[in-house]
Amino acid sequence: MPETPDQNANDNAALTKPELVCPAGTPAMLRTAVDAGADAIYCGYRNATNARNFPGLNFSPKELGQSIAYAHDKGAQVLVAVNSFPPAGEMDLWKEGVDTAAELGADALIVADYGVAAYAAQTHPGLRLHLSVQGGASSPNAIKYFCREFGIRRVVLPRILTVEEIRGIHKQIPCEIEAFIFGNIGAMAEGRCSLSNYLTGVSSNMDGACSPASHVRYEEDPRGDLHIRLGGREIDRFTPGQTPGYPTICKGRYTTPCRDEPYYAFEEPVSLNLSRLLPDMMRAGVTALKIEGRQRSRAYVRDVVGAFRRAVDDIMAGRDPHLADLVALTEGGKETQGPFATKAWR
Amino acid sequence: MSQTHTYTSSPAAMKLTLGPVLFKWEPETFRDFYFRMADESPVETVVLGETICTKREAFVEPFYPEIIDRLTRAKKEIVFSTLAQVTTPKNRAHVEKACARENFPIEANDPAALWHLDGRAHRLGPFMNVYNEGALDFLHAKGATHLCLNPELPKTAARVLAARAKELGMGTDILGFGRFSLSLSARCYHARAVDRQRDACRFACDADPDGMPLTSLDGETFLTVNGVQVLSHSYLCLLQEIKELQDMGLGAIRLSPHSIDMCAVSQIFRDVIDGKVSPDEGEARLNAMPLKGPLSNGFYHKKPGCQKCAA
Repeated sequence: MPETPDQNANDNAALTKPELVCPAGTPAMLRTAVDAGADAIYCGYRNATNARNFPGLNFSPKELGQSIAYAHDKGAQVLVAVNSFPPAGEMDLWKEGVDTAAELGADALIVADYGVAAYAAQTHPGLRLHLSVQGGASSPNAIKYFCREFGIRRVVLPRILTVEEIRGIHKQIPCEIEAFIFGNIGAMAEGRCSLSNYLTGVSSNMDGACSPASHVRYEEDPRGDLHIRLGGREIDRFTPGQTPGYPTICKGRYTTPCRDEPYYAFEEPVSLNLSRLLPDMMRAGVTALKIEGRQRSRAYVRDVVGAFRRAVDDIMAGRDPHLADLVALTEGGKETQGPFATKAWR
Repeated sequence: MSQTHTYTSSPAAMKLTLGPVLFKWEPETFRDFYFRMADESPVETVVLGETICTKREAFVEPFYPEIIDRLTRAKKEIVFSTLAQVTTPKNRAHVEKACARENFPIEANDPAALWHLDGRAHRLGPFMNVYNEGALDFLHAKGATHLCLNPELPKTAARVLAARAKELGMGTDILGFGRFSLSLSARCYHARAVDRQRDACRFACDADPDGMPLTSLDGETFLTVNGVQVLSHSYLCLLQEIKELQDMGLGAIRLSPHSIDMCAVSQIFRDVIDGKVSPDEGEARLNAMPLKGPLSNGFYHKKPGCQKCAA
């Protein structure tokens, strides 16, 4: 437990080695991530109970059991995400997910919903609970609330805070911090967004899928321009040679009366890459560094996890980390430090 | 054998709640709006308090005493909302101050407010993620006495929540009119549109009493920017669903303020609830008003939120 109170006192404070928490959309990807040096893997069931409910992804209970055995055998942990919001009347599926994770020996359950958290805390008091980024706890008091009520041991912070703010939060909360360092970054507060549902009828919160592929259309016009539609609306357009990222409303381009040209009203189609902020994040009291991307390929996970494994180990050993290759893996080849570096992002 | 009488207890007539003003209005416009709602509108409950941007409230706060006085004299119940997205130290201080407000029920819109409201009866606002009976049971045990349903909920879930709330003795309301929230952020999109940052926004939101429209590249306006919030372009309208909502036992319909004649809007809802006017007629009257977007009800019918479905 990296809970040394004077850790934030100065930049020369001793670094505590953070856990590298990596995504797995399939059992094969889980094994790849473990082999590439992940300390912990997060994954979910093949249904609406988790926030990456995409076709062809995720785990059956049997696969989860086998995967937990594989990870434990190699000294890695498995964190099971049951982090969407069951609509009233449909809680049984989520409760079943909680029970299964407990029975299979998951190292922690990642939850967001008050009802799911309450059920897990009451039914499986020994099961470690993490508060999902979907829980929307963006201030120390919100985090303290979840810790007090559900015994949350770790919070996954929203991707809207600066490193300085994370440092401040760390001093005020009784649980560990997990923070995103790489991957797709949404501009919206997680767990509080129904933009995708507005156009598609599929809810990020209740169905576990934002911008489902079934509602995305790519249309090439005679000039070779690529028109990207979600739920019938054209939300971006690319000329030949440009690399489009995966289309979401929050990274779409729009017009508005005060702008002459279409603009990215919320966020550019960029990926988060905090590799250069890693030492700062580690000093800010972050226990676990999280890589987004359960929907990405095994090769992607192998490369990203491997690169961050080396980087963390280099920093711990006092060497300069090499992270240039990671830019090539970011969405559309464009990266950002997003809100983490400075409040100017806001 | 004595005659058996069948009494069909007609559900208590639904009430009307006026939600908080989500946009930045001129302070005098804001004050006069509440004066008029106090004097002329049939709403029973009025939710005050800044919900979107702490920087805006300083302009209208000096008018709160007058507004509260006027609403109180008109026998309106007053509730104070808390901020929906809590990030910065100023946000946090704002929530703490809002929760410390005495004499009025507080409507929590973020878990940070729940921290401050511990041990005190409070309400749950539409920005709280109360999606199911498990969440409601838990929050009720912690002191919640009233739930405003999250507008994303489909009617199947609304029905279960309304029934559970009734069992628990909680009040309920559901947003029935107005642009509805689709997302929140730490970033101000009004400031971004004019290449400013949130901390130096110079109130880019000043000129948009109903928010700023965003239009897709194929020319369809479908979103509305309101500072850190994104709303629908369409206006939620649950006039056709009022009978069903009443049968579910929902206590009130919430109307979200816009720059149109909200007294007229509230009267339309009152008339439809009271059966004086058909839902079709009510909708026609709404559509005759200068709305800046179409009506929709998709979320309620488990369809894309932008759609208008037959009830």
